[in-house]
Amino acid sequence: MVNPVRSLGAYALRQVYSAGRLGMFFVYTVRGLIRPPGKFRPTVKQIQFIGAKSIAVIGFTAAFTGMVLALQGYHTLTRFGAEGWLGSAVGLSLVRELGPVLSALMVTGRAGSAMAAEIGIMRIEEQIDALECMAIDPFSYLATPRLLACVISLPLLTSFCDALGILGGYLIGVGLLGVSSGAFWSGLTSSVDWGDLYMGLIKSVCFSVLIAWISTYKGYYAGVDEGAFGPEQVGRATTEAVVISSIAVLICDYVITSILL
Amino acid sequence: MSTENIIEIRGLNSFYNSRQVLFDITFPIPVSRVTVIMGVSGCGKTTLFRHLTGLKKTAPGQIGIDGKDLGVYSETMLMAYRRRIGVLFQSGALFNSLSLNENIAMPLHVHTDLAEETIRIMTLMKLNMVGLAEFGDYMPSQISGGMKKRAGLARALIMDPEMLFVDEPSSGLDPITAAGLDRLIQNLRQTRGVTIVVVTHELESAFKIADRLVVMDDGRVLASGAPEEIRNSADPRVRQFLSREADSYKMHMEAYYERLLGDQWRG
Ligand SMILES: Nc1ncnc2c1ncn2[C@@H]1O[C@H](COP(=O)(O)OP(=O)(O)OP(=O)(O)O)[C@@H](O)[C@H]1O
Ligand SMILES: [Mg+2]
Repeated sequence: MVNPVRSLGAYALRQVYSAGRLGMFFVYTVRGLIRPPGKFRPTVKQIQFIGAKSIAVIGFTAAFTGMVLALQGYHTLTRFGAEGWLGSAVGLSLVRELGPVLSALMVTGRAGSAMAAEIGIMRIEEQIDALECMAIDPFSYLATPRLLACVISLPLLTSFCDALGILGGYLIGVGLLGVSSGAFWSGLTSSVDWGDLYMGLIKSVCFSVLIAWISTYKGYYAGVDEGAFGPEQVGRATTEAVVISSIAVLICDYVITSILL
Repeated sequence: MSTENIIEIRGLNSFYNSRQVLFDITFPIPVSRVTVIMGVSGCGKTTLFRHLTGLKKTAPGQIGIDGKDLGVYSETMLMAYRRRIGVLFQSGALFNSLSLNENIAMPLHVHTDLAEETIRIMTLMKLNMVGLAEFGDYMPSQISGGMKKRAGLARALIMDPEMLFVDEPSSGLDPITAAGLDRLIQNLRQTRGVTIVVVTHELESAFKIADRLVVMDDGRVLASGAPEEIRNSADPRVRQFLSREADSYKMHMEAYYERLLGDQWRG
C-alpha cells in the first residue's frame, strides 16, 4: 500500500532536483566559455552541422510559408479593398513571428534531435565517463560549442528564412495575384521597422539558447535517472529533447511577444 | 624500493539505488606495483573502478589516496587527481566521432601546448606500443573489439600517468597479443614505476604480472595478498576460483525450485 502523500512528496522532490540540475547544467555550459578545451574549431564544426545543413530545409519551409501567407492575406485583404497592404502583412508576420519560430522548430527537429542523440550515445557508451577521467570538463567539451554554434547560426538562419519567405510572398502576390510590385515593396518597407527586426533577433537568440540547452541536457543525462544505459534511453532522450524544445520555443515566443509588443 | 600504499581502500560499501553491490571492500594498492583484481562476472570489479576513478561518489573515509580522503575531494582536487591517472574502460570508450589518432591525442590537445608535430609523434609512439601503428586514421567503428581495447590503452597512456587502471585489457584478444599486453604492463611498472591496477579473468596472465592479487566474489574480497599466498590459499572458494570449477555448491535444489515455481512447488 503506497502512501499517496509520500509518493507526492517524492515526486515533488524529484522535480525540484531535476530543475536544479537543469539550471546547473546551464551554468556549467556557460562556465565552459572560459575553460579549456579551445572552442573555435568545435564551434565551427557545429555551425557547419547546425547551420549549413539546415539551410535547405529552412529555405523550403520559408518559401512555401511566404507563398501561403500571400495567398491567404490576399483573399482577406481584397474583401476590404486593401490588397496594397499585402507586402506589409507578409513582412510583419514573417519578421516578427514566423521567421524566428519556424527556423527554431526546424533547427530543433534537425539539429536538436541530433545533439541529444550524439551526446546520449556518448553517455551510454561511457565516453562521457572517459572524458571525465581524462580531466576534461565534459560540459565545456560537449555543451558549450553546441550552445555557441546555435546562438550564432539561428539568427542567421532566421534572417535567411525571413528573406526567402518574403520572396515567396512576392512571387505569389505580385506574380500570380497581380498586386503591383511597387505597392508590395512600399507596404513592406513602410511597416516593417527596426523594432520588428529587433524583436525577431531577440526571439531567435532566446530560442537558440533554449534549443541547445534542452537538447544537450537531455542527451547528457540520458539514462542517468533510470541507471540504465541502452539505446532505448537515447531514443527517449532524443524525443524528449525535440518535444520539450519545441514547447519551450512556443511558450518563450508568447512571453517575448507580450513583453515587447 | 618502498612498499608504501598509494591507495587505501577501507570498508568500501557501494549501492545502486538501494541494492548493495560492494560490501566492506578493504585492501591496499601499493605504489609502483601491479595489483590484479579477479572475480567472476558481475562481482563488482567495474563498480570498484568507478569508485577509484571518482566516477561514482564514495562515502567519506572509505578510500584514501596519498593519505587524503577521496570522499571529500573538491572538484579541483578531483581534476588534479585525474590528471595523474590513466583509465582503460571495459568497453574501450573511444570517441566514435574521432579517428584513433584524434582519440589518443585528445588529452594532449586539451592539457598541453605541444606543437602539432610533437603530438603526432607521441601519438604514433603510443599506437606503436599497442601494435596499431597503421591504424591511426581509422575510425573506432572500423576496427575490431580487441583493437578498440588496445587503442583505449594507448589513450590511457598518452599523458604518462602515475597510476593506470585497466578493466579487462585482454578480453577479446588472441593469446599472442594478450601476452604482448602483459609485457607492456610489466614494462610500465619496471621502467617508469607506474602503479597499475588490472581487472582480468585470465588466471595465467594474472599470476604472471601481479605483485598483489585480489580475489573478489559477490561484492566481497575473498582473499588478497601476494600471488603465492593466493595460490596456496586454503579457502575452498578461492581454490574453486583458481581451478575454474563450475559453481555447483551454490545450487541448492530447494532454492532453485522456489525460484522457478514461486511458492507452488511446496504444494
Ligand atoms: N548502472 C547500474 N545500475 C544498477 N546496477 C548496476 C549498474 N552497474 C552494475 N550494476 C550491478 O552491480 C553489480 C556489479 O557490476 P560490475 O559491473 O561492477 O561487475 P563486474 O565485476 O565488472 O563484472 P564483469 O566482469 O562482467 O565486467 C552487478 O550485479 C550489476 O548488476
Ligand atoms: Mg566489469
